[in-house]
Amino acid sequence: MKIDHSLPLEYSTEENRLKILGFWIFLGAEIMLFATLFASYFVLADRTGSGPAGSEIFELTPVLIETILLLTSSFTIGLGIHAMRIGNKKAMMTFFAVTLLLGLAFLGFEIFEFFHYVHVGAGLQTSAFTAMLLTTLGTHGAHVTFGFFWGLAILLQVKKRGLTPETTNKSFIFSLYWHFLDVVWIFIFSFVYLKGMM
Amino acid sequence: MEFFERFAVPHPSPAIYASMVAIGLTVIAILAGLTYFKKWGYLWREWLTTVDHKRIGIMYLISALLMLFRGGADAIMMRAQLAVPENQLLDAQHYNEIFTTHGVVMIIFMAMPFIMGLMNFVVPLQIGARDVAFPRLNALSFWLFFMGAMLFNISFVVGGSPDAGWTSYFPLAGTEFSESVGSNYFMIAIQIAGLGTLMTGINFITTILKMRAPGMTLMKMPMFTWSALITNAIIVFAFPVLTVLLAMGTMDRLFATNFFTTDNGGMDMLWANLFWVWGHPEVYILVLPAFGVYSEVISTFARRNLYGYKSMVASMVIISLLSFLVWAHHFFTMGQGALANSIFSITTMAIAVPTGVKIFNWLLTLWKGKIVITTPMLYSILFIPLFTIGGVTGVMLGMSAADYQYHNTMFLVAHFHMVIIPGVVFAMLAGLTYWWPKMFGFMLNEKIGKSAAWTIAISTLVAFMPMFFSGLDGQARRMYTYSESTGFGIWNMISFIGAAGLAIGFALIVYNVYYSVRYSPRNISADPWDARTLEWATHSPVPEYNFANVPQIDSIETFWDSKKKGHIMFKGDYEKIHMPNNSGMPFIMSCIFFAWGFSFVFAMWIPLIITTIGILVCMALRSFEKDHGHYISVEEIEETETKLRGAK
Repeated sequence: MKIDHSLPLEYSTEENRLKILGFWIFLGAEIMLFATLFASYFVLADRTGSGPAGSEIFELTPVLIETILLLTSSFTIGLGIHAMRIGNKKAMMTFFAVTLLLGLAFLGFEIFEFFHYVHVGAGLQTSAFTAMLLTTLGTHGAHVTFGFFWGLAILLQVKKRGLTPETTNKSFIFSLYWHFLDVVWIFIFSFVYLKGMM
Repeated sequence: MEFFERFAVPHPSPAIYASMVAIGLTVIAILAGLTYFKKWGYLWREWLTTVDHKRIGIMYLISALLMLFRGGADAIMMRAQLAVPENQLLDAQHYNEIFTTHGVVMIIFMAMPFIMGLMNFVVPLQIGARDVAFPRLNALSFWLFFMGAMLFNISFVVGGSPDAGWTSYFPLAGTEFSESVGSNYFMIAIQIAGLGTLMTGINFITTILKMRAPGMTLMKMPMFTWSALITNAIIVFAFPVLTVLLAMGTMDRLFATNFFTTDNGGMDMLWANLFWVWGHPEVYILVLPAFGVYSEVISTFARRNLYGYKSMVASMVIISLLSFLVWAHHFFTMGQGALANSIFSITTMAIAVPTGVKIFNWLLTLWKGKIVITTPMLYSILFIPLFTIGGVTGVMLGMSAADYQYHNTMFLVAHFHMVIIPGVVFAMLAGLTYWWPKMFGFMLNEKIGKSAAWTIAISTLVAFMPMFFSGLDGQARRMYTYSESTGFGIWNMISFIGAAGLAIGFALIVYNVYYSVRYSPRNISADPWDARTLEWATHSPVPEYNFANVPQIDSIETFWDSKKKGHIMFKGDYEKIHMPNNSGMPFIMSCIFFAWGFSFVFAMWIPLIITTIGILVCMALRSFEKDHGHYISVEEIEETETKLRGAK
């Protein structure tokens, strides 16, 4: 394995560079996935049948808390990657751990939010709107859940194996994923919640 | 007993029972054969765990051929049923199931793997790479496709086949009108195969962008590689739409949501729109690699460089963009209004322009060429007029006002078969024949190959031209029978004869494989067609590492230059080569996916949860695994190279 020391560790081998490009392409596919969900959401947003409309069920407080949690986690993982670049393993692991905890808190609030929707009569089967809402949020939430376990696995590997070309590569790719989920959430916050509450 | 009742076929017939027995016997025969000849270890080591793009390519091709015969059997049954008016061979339900599975199998489980197979085998060789960017992901792609295909194929003996058409429009495909588990199979089997396809897309874009031999700029890539790059870009942008769509369809069927229902706000047209947002690009996913094959074959056997290289690339890029802007032409009659119809009509007809550019480029390549008629070339030359018939009728269908006459008639069926058979199937057969010696080290018999090509071409015309007439006369598609007074009988009888001719043509291809395995000479050179691209610069069959030295590229046709102008492609001494390790993980994970899909189809929640955990565990194991591949030493390379050169 040829290691190019003029590049950051996560880019230092040919295999690593391939993986990073491949992951960007995967994120392109993810954009299409969420774009389809958003397009379907816009089509079905007003088709509430006999169920409630968005303005009747959305509550700003939990959504705002979720937003702050997730945006902060995107910031902390950025700090984690910076720590990784300067070779500070301990700081990197701390920031990653904080990121994952923030993600977990986000999920907690989202689960609470889902209970709230079901409680006020906006379950999966109520109307096309509720099904689409819960599917869009749920797909994002499932990504965060998956990311939590993925990040945990990477954290364990960094702890055990240190900052090697492989572990830094994995951490960097994971940070791309995590930032992407943040971007998606910004769209959800603006076009699902804010638009729905207006 | 109650537990097993759900697996019963809702509309059994003697044919289905016979198939059950046949499937059972075949499986037993395969298992017994493997045990008797002690081939289990060989199968596991060399094929099930392989990450070699060439072997994966060959497995794709074998699957595609198997599915071709499955889909072909469906086609023959349909044409036999319609051959005479008021025929009682099949009842309406069976006919519905058969046209549904015919469509799905031919598009998703035959044409797609055929293309993936050729791409897998050829693209890394054409760009001078050792393998694809992510070899293990590539194996996973194949096995997911394979398990998706198998899951779909068991539907007709376990629980019942889907019967809502390959487009599976809601509300017809909803639980109200499709009660059996058939449409669950549709949603879940295609989902599993689609995941594999998406991974292939990512894999090949990365491979082509990053792993080309030194000196090969994008505009020096062979045309087939260009077509693969553009196709995979379409895959990455189109398949996630399908993923979401199928997930929503699954939820409607299994979780009683209301996405596509007709009450509680559901919108059935959302399915039709999203389906074709994926479905139309899918058409170009199929046909662009086919165009790539024709470009290679025509240039090789016209003995000159491809005319209009840049315009070929540009037209493919334009086609790929337009392919996302035409989806509504599949349902002009479903009430979206004159303005929308006009816009989609114009974008549809616009596609004829870049496609026309390609046709003229091929014709101009032939012009002043020294044409050699070989089997692949014969397919390519037959393709041009036949495809033009399909293309021109496509422009007719694209006129939204006139479409009210053609919509859902046999005219449409004739159109898309005249596009897909000459466009895709001919290309795949041409490609298979063309690259066969590179895969297996001997050639297919030319005489049998050419008679098969003629039989298939003539039978295509006989089978599908009558449908244009009966369609214009008003024969609806997807109707299991018609009355004698309609006068459709004669057209359908001619079609049936054509279908039988196609069956003979494909049987000839099978015979050709058998004949050539037995009698074809094995002492052929590595470049038997006197071809122009890089894959012919290495040995046949290709060694594991593809090229002992990485080739140095300085023009579009470096290999041709090396033969004619003495350009030296391979410089320097051998160096040890890094190769990926084999892994059983993709196969095992895909088997779990199969069980996952099966549990999902039958809404068995506990096995579903267990298999979901199993899939996640596989991913976690992969994450913690340390796999640095292995090296092939210089001595080993020298030994292999000497052996292969000696065999020439």
